[in-house]
Amino acid sequence: MTSQLMLLSPGPLASIQDLGRFGYRRFGVPQSGVLHPDLARVANTLAENSEDIAVIEFFLTGPSFRLEKGIVRLAFAGDFTVELTRGRAKRTLRSWRTLTLEAGDTLQLGPVMSGKVGYVAVAGGFDLPSVMGSCATYMRGGFGGVSGSRLLPNTILPIAQEDLGDRPDRLLPRSPRSENLGLIPTSEDDLPTIIRVILGPQEEYFTDVALNDFLTGTYTVSRESDRMGSRLEGPILAHHPEKKPEIISDGIVPGAIQVPGNGAPIVLLMDGPTVGGYPKIATVITADLGKFAAMTPGNRLGFAAVTPYAAETILRAQRAELEDLLASIVSLELRNGVNIQAMYKTCLVSGVVDAFERPK
Amino acid sequence: MMQPRFLNLGDRALTLEFGDTIDRQLVIAVAALDVRLTQEITAGRLAGVIETVPTFRSLTVIFDPLVLPRAVLQDRLMAVLSETETSAEQSSRRWCLPVCYGGEYGPDLESVAEAKDLTPEKVIDLHVSQNYLVYMIGFLPGFPFMGDVISALDMPRRTEPRVRVPAGSVAITGQQTAIYPWESPGGWQLLGRCPLTLFDAGRPQPALLAPGDRVAFHAVTGERYQELFELDQGGVLDFFQFLLEESSV
Repeated sequence: MTSQLMLLSPGPLASIQDLGRFGYRRFGVPQSGVLHPDLARVANTLAENSEDIAVIEFFLTGPSFRLEKGIVRLAFAGDFTVELTRGRAKRTLRSWRTLTLEAGDTLQLGPVMSGKVGYVAVAGGFDLPSVMGSCATYMRGGFGGVSGSRLLPNTILPIAQEDLGDRPDRLLPRSPRSENLGLIPTSEDDLPTIIRVILGPQEEYFTDVALNDFLTGTYTVSRESDRMGSRLEGPILAHHPEKKPEIISDGIVPGAIQVPGNGAPIVLLMDGPTVGGYPKIATVITADLGKFAAMTPGNRLGFAAVTPYAAETILRAQRAELEDLLASIVSLELRNGVNIQAMYKTCLVSGVVDAFERPK
Repeated sequence: MMQPRFLNLGDRALTLEFGDTIDRQLVIAVAALDVRLTQEITAGRLAGVIETVPTFRSLTVIFDPLVLPRAVLQDRLMAVLSETETSAEQSSRRWCLPVCYGGEYGPDLESVAEAKDLTPEKVIDLHVSQNYLVYMIGFLPGFPFMGDVISALDMPRRTEPRVRVPAGSVAITGQQTAIYPWESPGGWQLLGRCPLTLFDAGRPQPALLAPGDRVAFHAVTGERYQELFELDQGGVLDFFQFLLEESSV
């Protein structure tokens, strides 16, 4: 049977993204792809998809869905709640799990509570054409995803059909609040989040004072932040008097921090340009880029410089920790003789399920 | 060959900088290394290199540090550099692209002529008199940075950039010329418009032009522009009629 999943409201600037488009930067095509790849990996792993399957990326306001017909399993990664309405029963669950929808179910995801980004994966993925090797939406270029556009309200999502068999739903036993993983910003105290960078490629375009201010000052993520990049507010960085605040354009990657003539740094992200003419003082390391990209306007941060070799070690350790986390995913199966799946269907009293969902 | 500086662009990219000016010798060096690395990647001898990005003066090598540690990559790049010859000209695709100059298509033609104390006809003559080299593609998908524009046409960017530059606009600034593949904001001086779709995500090779290509322009009438534009929009324009020469590297 063909399942029909209706996206009722996507929230602002939600789009279909995967791990990105590679091999086309030489033609001016940015990488695109999810702003927080590890968070998307969690969603896809929960859904038993391979990690490069496209997911829905949304910001702040949670999207809502209705399953018109068939059966669909969704997976949720990010810090938000999931409110399921089945018939007349309503139940609120946490994210970091899958949920199998039946025809008529509606789902409202809550606002993202820490950070700004959340992901929804569909078991089996979306049935979308690959454009230059990727389903990632590049809105400025009008290609990828659903018709090259952000997701619009009242859209039937083109989902690839998957036979779920009798595989149970899955969940992460704990919300992953690890500083190292950076899946959720940890803003428990008032300290700025540390974002590690590698200096260069044009650090010599800046005065010693500017370099020092960059590494010791506190910056705030401004409202001018989107998938292309994020402007920061904080210490103004002076260019070296013997150098112009511009260069003959050279290559840019996501994470590069360019500083135009006004001295205010801009961190370029997944939809950022492939080349640019402003000097780049430093580049955010891969291990911290998702964490940075998920920060909300108003969040504070400080930069710390590491060597490329340290960055490699940090990335390896982080990847190992992520593998451990993904290995901790458990199935919701018979527990104490109670078939949890059957319980979903019959007993939808809020709170009851959590008591049974505590994994061994 | 010319020894580039290795610059850090984060933990997933190295920029090999051959110089910091616009200079054909640099473009040739970048292209030579790019061709060699592409051969290595294609042959499976550089597993972990994701892609390379040639610019005016540098080659950015993007890699996965978990597959190819940076230290190993750096050694491999040094080895490739030591055996790369710069002498050979690389790409030799030569294009001659139609442009309808002036009027609504080239709203800055008159003001450029005035600023340079030339007639609009002379501006067109000077723009079509040169063969341009595609230095790089970037900024927007398929946007070709080309040079060198004759010094008599050296114009600064507009003091007030346009919010909307129509797709196909042929523009100049400084010693550079370009064709806007998309409608976008832009500050260059618009001389005319080219009816060809420069970038189409649905084509096997989405960008019409590539770094190293040579491009000449020829002036066409408004009627001819319209005719070509309609063929292009209908997807039945034969682009090869504008490709004068294509010899292998």
